[in-house]
Amino acid sequence: MTGYRAVTWNEPLVYQLGRKGRRGSAIPAAEEQLKVKVGDVLSKIPEAMRRREPANLPELSEPEVVRHFIRLSQQNFGVDSGIIIGQGTCTMKYNPKINEALARSPKLTEVHPLQDSSTVQGILEIMYRLGKLLCAISGMDEFSLQPRGGAHAVLTNARIIRAYHELNGELEQRNEIVTTVLSHPCNGGSPAVAGFKVITLYPDPETGIPNVEALKAAVSKHTAGMTITDPYDTGIFDPCIDEYVKIIHEAGGLVAIDQANANSLFGRLRIGDVGADLCHFNLHKSFSTPHGSHGPGSAPIGVRRHLSKFLPVPTVEFDGKKYRLNYDRPHSIGKVSGFFGVIPAVLRAYAWIMTMGAEGLHETSEVAVINNNYLLGRLLKVRGVALPWIKSHPRRLQEARFSLQQMKEETGVGIDDVNRRIVDFGIQKCFTSHEPWIVPEPFTPEPPESTPKEDLDTFAEVLRQISQEAYTNPEIVKEAPHNCAISRIDQSPSRDSKKWALTWRAYLKKHK
Amino acid sequence: MADSRKLGIIVNPIAGMGGRVGLKGTDGKEILARARDLGATPVSPARTIEALREIAQVADSIELVTYPFDMGEEEARESGFDPTVVGSITKNETTAADTVNAATEMLKCQVDLILFAGGDGTARDVCRSVGQNVPALGIPTGVKMHSAVFAVNPRKAGELTVRFLQGEASLCEGEVMDTDEQAFREGRISAQLCGYLKVPYEMESVQPSKSASFATPDEKTSQDLIAQCILERMEDSCYYILCPGTTVKAVADKLGVAKTLLGVDLTYKGALVGSDLNEQQLLKLIGRKKAKIIVSPIGRQGFIFGRGNPQISPAIIRKVGRQNILIIATSTKLSAIGLGRPLLVDTGDEETDRMLSGYTRVVTGYEEEVVVKVSS
Repeated sequence: MTGYRAVTWNEPLVYQLGRKGRRGSAIPAAEEQLKVKVGDVLSKIPEAMRRREPANLPELSEPEVVRHFIRLSQQNFGVDSGIIIGQGTCTMKYNPKINEALARSPKLTEVHPLQDSSTVQGILEIMYRLGKLLCAISGMDEFSLQPRGGAHAVLTNARIIRAYHELNGELEQRNEIVTTVLSHPCNGGSPAVAGFKVITLYPDPETGIPNVEALKAAVSKHTAGMTITDPYDTGIFDPCIDEYVKIIHEAGGLVAIDQANANSLFGRLRIGDVGADLCHFNLHKSFSTPHGSHGPGSAPIGVRRHLSKFLPVPTVEFDGKKYRLNYDRPHSIGKVSGFFGVIPAVLRAYAWIMTMGAEGLHETSEVAVINNNYLLGRLLKVRGVALPWIKSHPRRLQEARFSLQQMKEETGVGIDDVNRRIVDFGIQKCFTSHEPWIVPEPFTPEPPESTPKEDLDTFAEVLRQISQEAYTNPEIVKEAPHNCAISRIDQSPSRDSKKWALTWRAYLKKHK
Repeated sequence: MADSRKLGIIVNPIAGMGGRVGLKGTDGKEILARARDLGATPVSPARTIEALREIAQVADSIELVTYPFDMGEEEARESGFDPTVVGSITKNETTAADTVNAATEMLKCQVDLILFAGGDGTARDVCRSVGQNVPALGIPTGVKMHSAVFAVNPRKAGELTVRFLQGEASLCEGEVMDTDEQAFREGRISAQLCGYLKVPYEMESVQPSKSASFATPDEKTSQDLIAQCILERMEDSCYYILCPGTTVKAVADKLGVAKTLLGVDLTYKGALVGSDLNEQQLLKLIGRKKAKIIVSPIGRQGFIFGRGNPQISPAIIRKVGRQNILIIATSTKLSAIGLGRPLLVDTGDEETDRMLSGYTRVVTGYEEEVVVKVSS
């Protein structure tokens, strides 16, 4: 259908390539004059810290290096080469190349975080203005751009909740955070890291959202707050959110709402207006920057006025003439990140918002939701696919979580198999679900606004074909992939501490 | 699979025959005769074959050990296996003793897993014979299946067996329950906890089956974390009624007291006051002092009270009070019951059931709780 056939190389690790003594380029020795002028540079390195033998690095010629990485890139797969609309919760929208060009400009890459702020007024202005834009989008009063991903943002918010109760002298009593199991798992995990006891609510089997009575049973004088994702990855916006806020506030707690994925809400709902005390956005989802904290992600947090004083330092401030970094905030929870956050992501997000404008943002959500509901309609016609809670929520926001339980029961083909088959068509596999799997055999597509209708049709058509295969010739699906660079990976070493290795050095040690 | 694995098959050929004809079980010769009179036909063999067909896909790497005739041999051959047949029976006259003997034989043969077809009675016989010395899994073919040792259906039993033999499924303890058939026929449910089998755990529907979740604690670690949490919350001048089961036993282990696995025990100030107590003994020992109940729901069914712990009577529950009932369960156990599904009570007293109903907290880990609905 798509004609896809992956490029396949039997490519070793870079450590296994090359020969001893091979070089990319020969660097000339320093000239005598220069040596005299600079002096003995090595003597400043303490004896104990000097290497006794050279590092065990691969030794390759330049063409070998180039060929190696080109081959890896050929075996790679991404938004630029294929259809990626299966990655619900991630909002894998197309990131415009012009924003990449801006982020790679020497004007940004050559500035240093230790420069005097008078020499980096431009980027400070962008940080300040992005904070203001996020306030306008969310209805919150102040933002910090420092957290580097969703879990870090929730941790930062949990620490602010701690600081708030500590200042009120109630921290010892208020040691419980309420969350919901369909929230991103960090909504339970991060508060636990911050020292809270975590109470989790389950969705009502009929409605897919927690029952308000369950929340009432969970709050008490021990409630410090609630950390919850809304909208959920099921594509359902929790209609009881304002009631939750009321219940938590009446119990004396604070509400932090995870809006990592806010792609359906631009210009439609501001979580601050609902009464949230804290929130966060993932720039690498709704705001069109690349994914991954190393890659780099960024998850600004927003707070209402009464929590501003707890924000991490430094904050970027403007006196009408100059921008400056303010470290003098006595109630701040302190530093949460190296320097000021992930500035290239900040720049890209700022550029994206400015190019879209308020109307563009509004339209972004409109198109994302239409895309999703179009795809939803097509997928529900595929045999073996079901949408849990369809009676209460027949339409979804920007993503939806389906179940292949029926297909699994009728054919033995489940989501693991379908995911290994779908890549044969040049389509990225689907995100299943965070754990625990409330929806059996789950998959969660999310077609963002940048997806053309043709891609939605191709995706639905491929799924229809795989379903047909499952019902007529399940072996094709079970033995997939047939078309890819690698087929099945033995994952057992990753469960065995004696075998897993995150570095080449660890690998050599464990696999003699 | 690198090495060949040994799989034991035991079929209770008469299991389930009483069900279709409304007899609520097939325990005992007379009932079996009545079932046959009423036109009952065997259901176990066909369902066993359904499970074995799933396993036949990897037949090359499995050595099948089974019992003669319709206790496994015929089903195995029908599914394309060439089994090793041990023991001897009288055809068409199998009894509970045959199941017990077969399981003992399998244990001697050092099978990796006993896959048995039957109901609660069969599970009880297997458990009586091998206990936790060898993993076992039930193909559901009986009438009564209150035990937490059965796969959802025969095909799942087959799939899970393959995954377990390939080292991809972990083990947890499953309750073996048996009900008094006579009482059941009279409309009463009186379930007894008979013991525990080590059963492969069905991860598939609740967790990515092949995920590398080395960060997820295993069942024992989770129980240990719950126990630590409970221990830190224990009050000095309060009795603790420890209900049956391994989850609660982990608390006793942490306290350093010897708990009976199937009985109800009592502690005070960290020391054991009484073991395997009945209702009257409990009431007498506690007297007017404050008491708390530590209880874990029965695997897969979710009963907190009314199955397997009849000692915890309505009188005791009312005396202790709803707020002093500590429910504990690992998240794996809750998943197996069904996330979002209510926990159940059936104390035999409507008012007590009503008092226990509604949303309540369950401790699932160290400083981790979930809110769960309780219904009757």
